Amino acid sequence: MTAVTFTINGKQANVDTEPDTPLLWVVREHLKLTGTKFGCGSGLCGACTVHIDGKAVRSCQTQMSQVAGKKVVTIEGLSSNSSHPLQKAWVAEQVPQCGYCQSGQIMQAAELLAKNKKPTREQIVAHMDGNICRCGTYPRIVRAIQRAAREA
Amino acid sequence: MNKHIKTEAPSNVSRRIFVQGAAGLTFAFTLGGRLSDALAGIEPAHATKMNAFVTIGIDNTVSIVCPAAEMGQGVMTSLPLILAEELDADWSKVKPEFAPANPKVYGNPHELFKGAQITAASVSVPGYFMPLRLAGAQARKVLIDAVAAEWKVPAAELTTDKSFVIHKKSNRRISYGDVAKFAKVPDEPPKVTEADLKKPKDFKLIGRKDIGRVDVPLKANGTAKYGIDVQVEGMVYASVLEAPVDGAKVEVLNADEVGKIKGVTKVLPLPFGVAVLGDTVEATRAGRNALKVKWDTTGAAAANTDSAKAKQDYAAKGKDPNATAIAEYKVGDSAAALSGAAKTLEAAYWSEYCYHAQMEPMNAVAKVAEDGQSAEIWTGTQFGALAAGIISGILKTTPDKIKINQQMLGGGYGRRIWPDAAIQATVISNITKKPIKLILTREDDIAAARPRPMTHHVLKAGLDKDGKLVGWHHRLVSENVDAVAAPPRFQATGGKDYIGARGLDQAFYAIPNATCEYVREVRGMRVHAWRGIGAGYNKFASESFLDEVAAATGKDPLALRLELTKDQPRASAVIKAVAEMSDFKKKRKDHGLGIAFSDYHGAFSAGVAEISLDKKTGKLKVHNFWVAADPGLVIQPDHVHGQLESAVVYGLSAALLEELTVKDGAIQQTGFADYQVLRMSDLPEIHTRIVTSDNPPAGMGEIGVVTVAPAIANALFQLTGKRIRALPMSPERVKQALA
Repeated sequence: MTAVTFTINGKQANVDTEPDTPLLWVVREHLKLTGTKFGCGSGLCGACTVHIDGKAVRSCQTQMSQVAGKKVVTIEGLSSNSSHPLQKAWVAEQVPQCGYCQSGQIMQAAELLAKNKKPTREQIVAHMDGNICRCGTYPRIVRAIQRAAREA
Repeated sequence: MNKHIKTEAPSNVSRRIFVQGAAGLTFAFTLGGRLSDALAGIEPAHATKMNAFVTIGIDNTVSIVCPAAEMGQGVMTSLPLILAEELDADWSKVKPEFAPANPKVYGNPHELFKGAQITAASVSVPGYFMPLRLAGAQARKVLIDAVAAEWKVPAAELTTDKSFVIHKKSNRRISYGDVAKFAKVPDEPPKVTEADLKKPKDFKLIGRKDIGRVDVPLKANGTAKYGIDVQVEGMVYASVLEAPVDGAKVEVLNADEVGKIKGVTKVLPLPFGVAVLGDTVEATRAGRNALKVKWDTTGAAAANTDSAKAKQDYAAKGKDPNATAIAEYKVGDSAAALSGAAKTLEAAYWSEYCYHAQMEPMNAVAKVAEDGQSAEIWTGTQFGALAAGIISGILKTTPDKIKINQQMLGGGYGRRIWPDAAIQATVISNITKKPIKLILTREDDIAAARPRPMTHHVLKAGLDKDGKLVGWHHRLVSENVDAVAAPPRFQATGGKDYIGARGLDQAFYAIPNATCEYVREVRGMRVHAWRGIGAGYNKFASESFLDEVAAATGKDPLALRLELTKDQPRASAVIKAVAEMSDFKKKRKDHGLGIAFSDYHGAFSAGVAEISLDKKTGKLKVHNFWVAADPGLVIQPDHVHGQLESAVVYGLSAALLEELTVKDGAIQQTGFADYQVLRMSDLPEIHTRIVTSDNPPAGMGEIGVVTVAPAIANALFQLTGKRIRALPMSPERVKQALA
C-alpha cells in the first residue's frame, strides 16, 4: 500500500492503495463518486471515462501510480450544478435511456469541445467511437454535442 | 426529515385503504386474494380492483409509485404520468418512486403476465394504463368530495387543475396539499368507471412533446443510482465465476493460492460456481483472475453443446416429417394448399446465439439477517418478485421477508429478468452473515450470458397458377425459451414457447392456409428473453422469405405487402408510411432498398433499409433506416421516437455483428473485443415517424428492433439479386451469399 495524493474535482485526495489499483475503483468504491461507471475493465467501452489534466482517459486502464499529483475530474466535477453546456444539451435532446454509459459519453465529448469548439459530424463520430451505448442513443448524442457546440 | 408519511397497505387487504398520515394522504388500491383473482382486476368497470399507489404531501408533493423497472424504456415517467393525468396533478410536483416487489398490489394485469410484477415484453404501459387512470381518477374524486364537504358546496361544482381543487362560483381554490391536511377517508370510497375518465382531447399531460423523462437530468450528472452504485455498512465485495454450464461442479480449485492474494478474504466453491470475497473490488478481481478451476460436467445437460456441430441436427429436424411439432399458429390447411399449389418455394434460415451486452455488468448487494430468515436486496431487476420468491425459497422463509430495493437498470433488454446476481449474493451473504456486494467482471458476465437462442427455420410457400400466395409453412427449430425462463407457462401450454415463438404467426397477412410450428431442441443452454424475443429471428426469416415469394412471382415487395394487408388498416398504414418516407419506389444507384413489416404485442411497424456493399470485404453499410410505427395512443411522443431510434440501433447490431459461439456448453466470447456491438461509426441516418391511430397504447421498447434485419437482407437482394439467409450478416456470410 502506498499513499497517493491527487486532486479530484478540485479537492485534494489522499488514498492508501496498491500502486496498480485502477483509478476507477478508487473513484467509485473508495471515494464514492459513483457517476463514473464500470463497463468492461478493458478500455473497450468508455463507461469509465474521466479527465486527467484535461485529457479524457479510461479510468479502468489508469493505475493509481499514474495519478499522483494529477488533476482528476469526474462527471460530478464537470460542473457543480449540471450547467456544463453538454449536460444542458443532454437534457434538451433527451439523450439518456438506461443512462449507464452517459457519464462516460459526456466526459469524452467534453474533451472534444474543449479543444474543438465547432466539431464536424465526422470529427464527433471519430472522437466518440470508443464509447459504446447499448441503448443506441448515438443519434441523440451527436445532436446534443452539436447543440452544445452551438449554444456554448 | 419525513415530509410525508407513507403507509403501505397489507397485501391481504382486498378493499381500498386510504390512510391519513400526520402530514399527508396515501391512497392505496390493493388487490386481494390469489394471483388468479388479479386477472379479474383488468375489468376496467370494476374500479375497486386497481393496483396503484399515490401519496399527496402537505407540501403538495405527489408521490406516485412506478410499479415497473426503469431500464431506459421510460416507464418511470410514463406510468406516473398516466396516473397524474387523471388526478389532474401538477406534473412539476410529481415524484416517482419505485414499487417494492409485491405483485398482489403492483402486478401487471396484462393478459401476458396475469398479475405478475415483471417488466418485460413492452407491456408495462398497455397493462398498467387503465388501472393507473382509474386510480388517479378515484384519488381525484376523494379530494373533490373532501373539499365539497369542507366548503359545503356540491361536488359537481368543483373542478381541478394542476393540483388545485377549484370552486369557480365562489372564486375559491385550494391546493391538493392543503386538502391533504383535512381530508377524511370515506369507508366506502367513490366508485370510478371508465366513463369518469378524461376524453383524450382533454389530456393535459399525455401526448405532450415538452415533458421530458424524469430520469434524464439524473443521468446527465451522474447522480442516477444503479445497483452497482449501492454501498451498505460493513459490506464485503464478491466476484463470482459461474459454472460454464448449469449443473457443472467444481472438481479442482486453487483456493489456497487465491486466498493468499492480498485483500482476498475467502474463496468459496458453491453450487453455481466459485466466489472470491475480499475487502475491495480490486482484490476480488485479482483473486478472480488467479482462479484455476477444473469443472466436473458429468450430467450437465449443456456439456456437449457445440453450436457449430449442432447445426446438422437442427437442419435434420427442420426437414424431418416425423419430428414432434407444436403448432403456434394455424389457419386453413397449409399441407393441402402446398401439395395442390402450382408452384412451391422452400428456403432455410438461421440465427445465432446473442448476448444482451447490457452496459452494467450483473451485480447485486444482499444482506441476510443474522437468523437467516430475512434478507434485504439492492439491485436493478426486471423481476424483483421472482428474486424475492427464489431467495425466500433458499432461506426457507416467505417472500414478504425479502425486501427488494429497486435501483435503476444499466440496461435490461431481458437480461435482468433472471435474478442470478441477487440469488448468488444472497447465498454468499447467508454463509458469511455479512452484506455482500457482488459484481461480475465483463468476462464473467458474458460467460454467464442468458442468450437469445440459436434458431433454424424452414419455410415453404405455395403459389396458385396466378401467383397468389395460398399456402405458408414456417417451422422453427430451437431450444424452448419458456422451458428455461417461464417453466409454469411452458407446463400450462403443453410445451409451447411463448417467448421463442413470438412473431412466428402471420396474423396480419391474408394468407388463407398457414401453419407456423415449433420443433424443440434440448441443449441445456440458459436461453432467455432478448429484446424483441422470438420476433427478432422469426420475422427475419418470414419477412425475408416473403421477399423470395415476391421475387418468384415478379411482384414488388411493397406491393405484395400492401396486397396481403389490404384488410388490416393499421398494418397497411405503417407500410404505406415507411414507403413514402423512404421514397421506396425510387431505385438508388449502387444502393439497395429493402422493406419489412412486423407487429409486436399490439404495436405495428414497418422499416426500410438503404444499404451499400463492399464486394471485396463483404461488409454491408447501412446508410439510412426509415421506421414507421403505430403505437396506438402516444403517452410521450419524443420518447417514442427515442425508443424507435434505440431499437433500430439494437436491431442493426444484431443484424450485422452479434454472434455467440458455444463449445462444450461454454460461451467462447470474452467481452467487447470478440463480441462487437454497434458503435457510432456504423450509425446510419435513422428516420422515425409515428403513425397515429385511435387505439389503446402499446409498448414501444422492442418493436423497432424487429424489421431491421429482414429489411437489410431484402435490400441486399435488391442490390445484388443474392439472398442472405443467416444472422448475423457478417462480411463472411455476405461473401458466402454472393458466391
